[in-house]
Amino acid sequence: MPGSLPVMNVGAVEMAIRFGLAVGARVAERSVFERKNYFYPDLPKGYQISQYELPVVVGGGLKVRLDDGSEKFVQLTRAHLEEDAGKSVHDAFHAETGIDLNRAGTPLLEIVSEPVLSSAAEAVAYLKTLHTLVRWLGVSDGNMQEGSFRCDANVSVRRPGEALGTRAEIKNVNSFRFVEKAIDYEVERQIRLIEAGGTVVQETRLFDAHKGETRSMRGKESAHDYRYFPDPDLPPLVIAADDIERARLAMPELPEARRQRYIDSLGLTTYDASLLTSDRVTCDYFEALSSAIPGQPKLCANWVLGEWLGALNAAGQTPEQSPIGAERLGGLLVRIGDGSLSSKMGKQVFEAMWLGDETADAVIERLGLKQVSDSSALAGVIDDIVAANPKQVEQYRGGNDKLLQFFVGQAMKATKGQANPAQLNELLREKLKA
Amino acid sequence: MPVSVDSAKVRAIAELARLAIPSEAEAVLATELSAVLDLFAALAAAPVDGLAPLAHPGDPTLRLRADLVTETDQHEAFAAVAPAESAGYYLVPKVIE
Repeated sequence: MPGSLPVMNVGAVEMAIRFGLAVGARVAERSVFERKNYFYPDLPKGYQISQYELPVVVGGGLKVRLDDGSEKFVQLTRAHLEEDAGKSVHDAFHAETGIDLNRAGTPLLEIVSEPVLSSAAEAVAYLKTLHTLVRWLGVSDGNMQEGSFRCDANVSVRRPGEALGTRAEIKNVNSFRFVEKAIDYEVERQIRLIEAGGTVVQETRLFDAHKGETRSMRGKESAHDYRYFPDPDLPPLVIAADDIERARLAMPELPEARRQRYIDSLGLTTYDASLLTSDRVTCDYFEALSSAIPGQPKLCANWVLGEWLGALNAAGQTPEQSPIGAERLGGLLVRIGDGSLSSKMGKQVFEAMWLGDETADAVIERLGLKQVSDSSALAGVIDDIVAANPKQVEQYRGGNDKLLQFFVGQAMKATKGQANPAQLNELLREKLKA
Repeated sequence: MPVSVDSAKVRAIAELARLAIPSEAEAVLATELSAVLDLFAALAAAPVDGLAPLAHPGDPTLRLRADLVTETDQHEAFAAVAPAESAGYYLVPKVIE
């Protein structure tokens, strides 16, 4: 607005510090805001407040796991605070571009990596790791559709051993799938161009998701002369060492550290540990659950990644919206852990719990679902079955081992499925041996 | 004094600033802008070794504001005075093909 001056939001600074610490970067005690000058309709005042020579976060890096299971360390150049521009919509109006200025002027942390990613797949793996981290830290809600997390991909090609080629920047890609498609398309385009004798122009390009192609966005190369200079409206941002230290002490355990702890201390598989740590809410749920029933991390992981996430997906809900809290699910797992419920019964109880607010014990009681693990009760049932099926007993004793399943089935029928299967098997074998 | 800004440079600067400059004004502007740059060249001769750049005199530091919502939604009021608006968007001539 005319006459108004920009004021930095302390929350954005705190998030920048948190991010810097999380990636092992240097958080600058003094950083400077500059004006980046260019004309585009989504930036009505003609310059963007950004940081250039002295950004708030310097260096750092991120360990990224690739699809083939290998790991790659992605070196970060910096992360700087800037203001967001508006959002341009190019394809919704005939002969016009729509501009949404709602987010113009809101703080944005731009994270810049070194040119170390060598394929679209690597770029996506890096982005996903970053996405998990910023959500984990509470720096962003990560909503890509709303533009809370988006990607500018700088793409260049080179022949093996040669220096990096001229890059083109694909702006504002807002889904992992589109990032992959856009980069793959751009790589192909540049290779075709060079092989046909052309030269890649350094320019900004836009990914058209409908056509699956990138196209020139600003065109004129002169638009890249941004004429940065220190913003006279904003003095340098000074962050006290104490503030950085306080942020360091308040840092949560990071996903990578937690993943390693799950593998090393809890004995979870790499696959389970990676899945659990890909989302903080899910991971905190698992933490709460496994502290409710100590010593059963595998059981907890199976239920969180299996039934719980499955039910959320089926209901189209996010982990935050789970109708069953970790404590209530813990009550169910205790009953499975102590043998009162088979895992099949557990699923039945879980379904009932999902629809209401009963505890596991209340559901078990209401449905009369307790697993029969009492040897004498099962022995009585087995005696009856053996007595009622002399022919099968004879065949079994004659060597037809497969008939054991027949007896198990009969016993399950008699106990309405509530017999403890392991115990039943053992008792039947013992009985039929005689 | 040599003229360090020529007509081509004037046109490039005008384009970056989105200013329409009549061609007959280019030579005059080139001379005037050169004079400004010459002044800076003279300033650059001053001994400043060991001095930090002084972008913000007086060494002030940035004041931060609390992370609170202070703006109210005035979209309708702004949209009412926009030259063209549709579905919540301000409309401008198409900027890409």
